[in-house]
Amino acid sequence: MNIDFSTEELAFQQEVSAFLAAELPGDIRDKAANGIELTKDDFVTWQKILAKKGWVATNWPVEFGGTGWTPAQKYIFDNECAKFGAPEVMAFGLKMVAPIIYTYGNEEQKQRFLPDILASNVWWCQGYSEPNAGSDLASLKTTAVREGDEYVVNGTKTWTTLGQHADWIFCLVRTGAADVKNQNAISFLLINMKTPGINISPIYLLDGSPEVNEVHFDNVRVPAENLIGEEGKGWTYAKVLLTHERTNIAGVAKSKKRLQDLKEKAAQTSDGLSGANSMLSDNAAWQQKIAELEIELLALEYTELKTLAEVSTGQAPGPESSILKIKGTEIQQAIDVLNVELAGYYSLPFVRDQFLEGFDGVAIGPDQAAGSAPTYFNNRKATIYGGSNEIQTNIICKAVLGL
Amino acid sequence: MDFSYSEEQQMLQQSVSKFISQDYDWDSRQAISKSATGFSAEHWQLFAELGWLTIPFKEDDGGFGGSAVDLIVTMQEFGKGLLVEPFLANTILAGTIISEAGSSEQKAALLAPLMEGSLQLAFAYAEPQSRYHLANVQCTAVINGDEIVLNGHKSVVLNGAAAEKILVSVRTSGESCDREGISLIWVDASAPGVRRECYASVDGQRAADIWFDNVALPASNLLGNAGEAIDVIEMTIDKAALAVCAEAVGAMEMSLMKTVEYSKIRKQFKVTLSTFQALQHRMANMFIELAQAKSILLMAAMEMDRLKGRAPKALSAAKSRIGKAARLVGEESIQIHGGIAVTDELDVGHYFKRLTAIQFSFGSTDHHTARFAAS
Repeated sequence: MNIDFSTEELAFQQEVSAFLAAELPGDIRDKAANGIELTKDDFVTWQKILAKKGWVATNWPVEFGGTGWTPAQKYIFDNECAKFGAPEVMAFGLKMVAPIIYTYGNEEQKQRFLPDILASNVWWCQGYSEPNAGSDLASLKTTAVREGDEYVVNGTKTWTTLGQHADWIFCLVRTGAADVKNQNAISFLLINMKTPGINISPIYLLDGSPEVNEVHFDNVRVPAENLIGEEGKGWTYAKVLLTHERTNIAGVAKSKKRLQDLKEKAAQTSDGLSGANSMLSDNAAWQQKIAELEIELLALEYTELKTLAEVSTGQAPGPESSILKIKGTEIQQAIDVLNVELAGYYSLPFVRDQFLEGFDGVAIGPDQAAGSAPTYFNNRKATIYGGSNEIQTNIICKAVLGL
Repeated sequence: MDFSYSEEQQMLQQSVSKFISQDYDWDSRQAISKSATGFSAEHWQLFAELGWLTIPFKEDDGGFGGSAVDLIVTMQEFGKGLLVEPFLANTILAGTIISEAGSSEQKAALLAPLMEGSLQLAFAYAEPQSRYHLANVQCTAVINGDEIVLNGHKSVVLNGAAAEKILVSVRTSGESCDREGISLIWVDASAPGVRRECYASVDGQRAADIWFDNVALPASNLLGNAGEAIDVIEMTIDKAALAVCAEAVGAMEMSLMKTVEYSKIRKQFKVTLSTFQALQHRMANMFIELAQAKSILLMAAMEMDRLKGRAPKALSAAKSRIGKAARLVGEESIQIHGGIAVTDELDVGHYFKRLTAIQFSFGSTDHHTARFAAS
């Protein structure tokens, strides 16, 4: 047992760092540094650059175009990307639906969908939650009734993140009996967003952003060949996908970077006192909060590394991935709150345009102070999505402790 | 980066685990704890024969290798059995002091018999006013030619009752709290002027407060250079802190397991406790705390090995986080069991006691959070 990077791993770290320095577009980097919202083009541009290098599918098997990286390499890559402020890869295609397709899809589906996901030619979104199926996801009501070579889909999906950009949606639909508790009646269906009968409407969140949507399906006819795996097995597939999603949303590398930024800003932010020890970073209560958070994150970093090491032996992440979701999101939200604390009065101004591309007005407050509260409000979602933290706790109770 | 134990470490773990599960059942442990000496001389000899008393020491000193990972492998298993034999006080604390500061003659006289199981030592470093600050030393030793004269009071010396010789941190120059001017000496427990008040500690172990009143020693009892001992002392206490972190992880694992098992048996309102979500979530929280504790323990041990035993920041992160977990897991195991766990009879309360003692040994949770923040 040792913590050292090998010579090859150190060389890899340099290679990643040099790649990011050379290839991460300056405008995207500036946006990230200044808290400006990224556009669809920004994400796609960056993912195409990564794809060209062969580094976009870090979780895929090599045979489908994945990197085949070791846990140490993934760790190094994530940390370097966070340091440079590179955008995170959009998870829906690359990290969420692709593993389902290459694990449960047929040959034709793999050839049809995976190359476009790898090349970021297609933007995917997730059709899981419904207005009356949140944490109780299995009670979903969207139906897909088989008619010849087609399914006819009716229902509503919600919280569809960035669905306004999407070309395709992967959905959980009810193909069997109307018994709402019957998880064996759920199937996994891929649907082209341009199919007639699909309507999408934005939902505005507490930060003013139309980040999520409602997607309505009104007699939408979907070719039966878009069904993944067997009819009625969708719930089983989705659960596997959810463990991947949970592992992804821990966001350890990003939290490390945010915490580092926070410490640096606190050292430059007056505590309102005069003389020595007058910076926020000198405040004992602040120091204790930061130290406890750093320690928690350090522990989580090793929990994640151990999980990655298990996944690298070919296993799907186990129920322990619930720990990553719970602790990862708790830490993210704790950092959100500290950013608001750091901003003080300047957490109050709400000038949404200031964080959109092309803003040419007078920026209010220092750095990203005015973005701190909206980010805090928006990110309360983190402990709710991906299976709320209470659902994760239930999973630990059932799958780990046998309660 | 490698998270697996070596073959040697796996064998070590199996051998300690086998001892705990086969020879250290709860009733035996309680009988040993309540015996006159508070530990089993037979077990101690067995540990020597199995080579366990050499684990913290370098191969040059005749030891097993002295890696931090070896140490946590061993201590986690000891923690599961709530071991009362003085492995921590004698082998890790006193042994490390001699290994790091002693001359080859001193190692032959003290470390060799320690590893053979024939010598009991203690390391006296804390004082009533020092709390967790190791440079706060008011015990004095005046070196005059061939003689040293020792005065002062050392508090809560682990294994202080059984120790035949006592290693003492003393001030030979400078003011209290100066990092310079601290030295290490050893003294016979039976020397004139040494007075001990021996007692049991809350976790079923033994300790003593010790007073030195003009105790005269030969100058050859100085370990290492006069006035330069603080680094060795800090390193030794950090090693002991890592050891109790590992012990706490083992103890927490047992506390959680026993709590979950009990919840599946104990019925109230005609159903088992395990069916109540209010309790389920508390147990899940214990599990998460334990997982975080295990992770940060591995981090600290690997950092200790990478930085040759001097990784104060990593150690403080671990001691702080594990202290927090130990508090929660210990208290929750009592709450979920209910009244039975507040009785002396059930083992769960004794795990809680040891987890509590660990929180206040070698730097409290708050002490290490502050040290982490400052480093």
